[in-house]
Amino acid sequence: MFILIVGCGRVGSSVARAMLREGHEVSCLDEDPESHARLEVGLERSWEDLGGQFTVGAGLETEALVAAGIEKADAFIASTDGDNTNIVIAQIAQKRYEVPTVIARVLDPLRAEWYQRQGLHTVCPTSVAIDMLEGAVREADAGGPPDGAAEAA
Amino acid sequence: MYIIVIGAGKVGWNLARELLEKDHEVTLIESDRRRYLTVEQELEHNVSYGDASELWVLERAGIQRADMVIAVTGDDEDNILICQVAKQKYLVKQIIARVNNPRNRQHFELLDIKPSVSATDLILRLLEHEVPEYGLVHLLDLQEEQLEIIEMLLGKDSRVTGRRVGDLEMPEGSLLISVLRSGKGFVPSADTVLEEGDEILAVLDPGKEDELKRLFGPEVDGSNGSGG
Repeated sequence: MFILIVGCGRVGSSVARAMLREGHEVSCLDEDPESHARLEVGLERSWEDLGGQFTVGAGLETEALVAAGIEKADAFIASTDGDNTNIVIAQIAQKRYEVPTVIARVLDPLRAEWYQRQGLHTVCPTSVAIDMLEGAVREADAGGPPDGAAEAA
Repeated sequence: MYIIVIGAGKVGWNLARELLEKDHEVTLIESDRRRYLTVEQELEHNVSYGDASELWVLERAGIQRADMVIAVTGDDEDNILICQVAKQKYLVKQIIARVNNPRNRQHFELLDIKPSVSATDLILRLLEHEVPEYGLVHLLDLQEEQLEIIEMLLGKDSRVTGRRVGDLEMPEGSLLISVLRSGKGFVPSADTVLEEGDEILAVLDPGKEDELKRLFGPEVDGSNGSGG
């Protein structure tokens, strides 16, 4: 698969490395040239040597998206630090470029849920964190009074 | 009407004030705390503090009963999202979105956010009209009918000055309809001779502007081979 990842922060870069390791073609697009360094964390060779692609540009710029290969992308991941940016560029990938698989990271659970119902695949890390925290508290509660370690925390 | 304006920058603030003066009910939403406090001194309870891309902020402002939502923040993604949600989730009948970067207009259109307004585009259009050197000016675009009317000033280097209208090789799908000379307009005949300073009006099929510019514009040097 050819995977285009827009927004190469902690999430984007980790997903990019994992996908490249699994043998996919991976292209990253980020406004900040420095984020290239984040991609290479833990790698023995350079991102390009390993077959990765990196483009500097904004996700809303048509030229940047095309340069990063959106026209041939099989999957598109929007993982910039802006919810609205992710939602908008994911829809552009879906509607204009007809990328078969489009996923947007949306931190706000309300927006994530509504857009999910409109047919956009959203992933909401906040909801995941809420579920885990609630689960951890319930688990502790079921296990009787908290022990000393939990109290100290 | 109940109108929600998003973004209390210069555009949003002035807009809200004008709308209030016209006796509309207005809520202006601003996400920057300091800006909100400044604007609130004047507009008081008509300003609300919050990030309008959060659905609950919109709901708190009463979006369900809003007749119109106007998104004029400095961020095109925010304006798109807010209008999309207003229209599709809350079924607001009328939206208006501000386009900050004219190159993003295509995204507004793709996602059916219209009408959208771009100050840069508006100024460019004025510039087209006010600065004759700019060449061809669009007077009217009939998009449905696929016709447009343009105006062009013939400069001193225009290749058609001194020529008879009947001798012009007008491109197919275009028609010279009027000549404005010394403040007066007339319908040219085949024998009309064009002069420097004439403004010509033509009706044409969309996409013919370049051919027309080439015909009426300045003599180009041979570099692009258009003479051959």
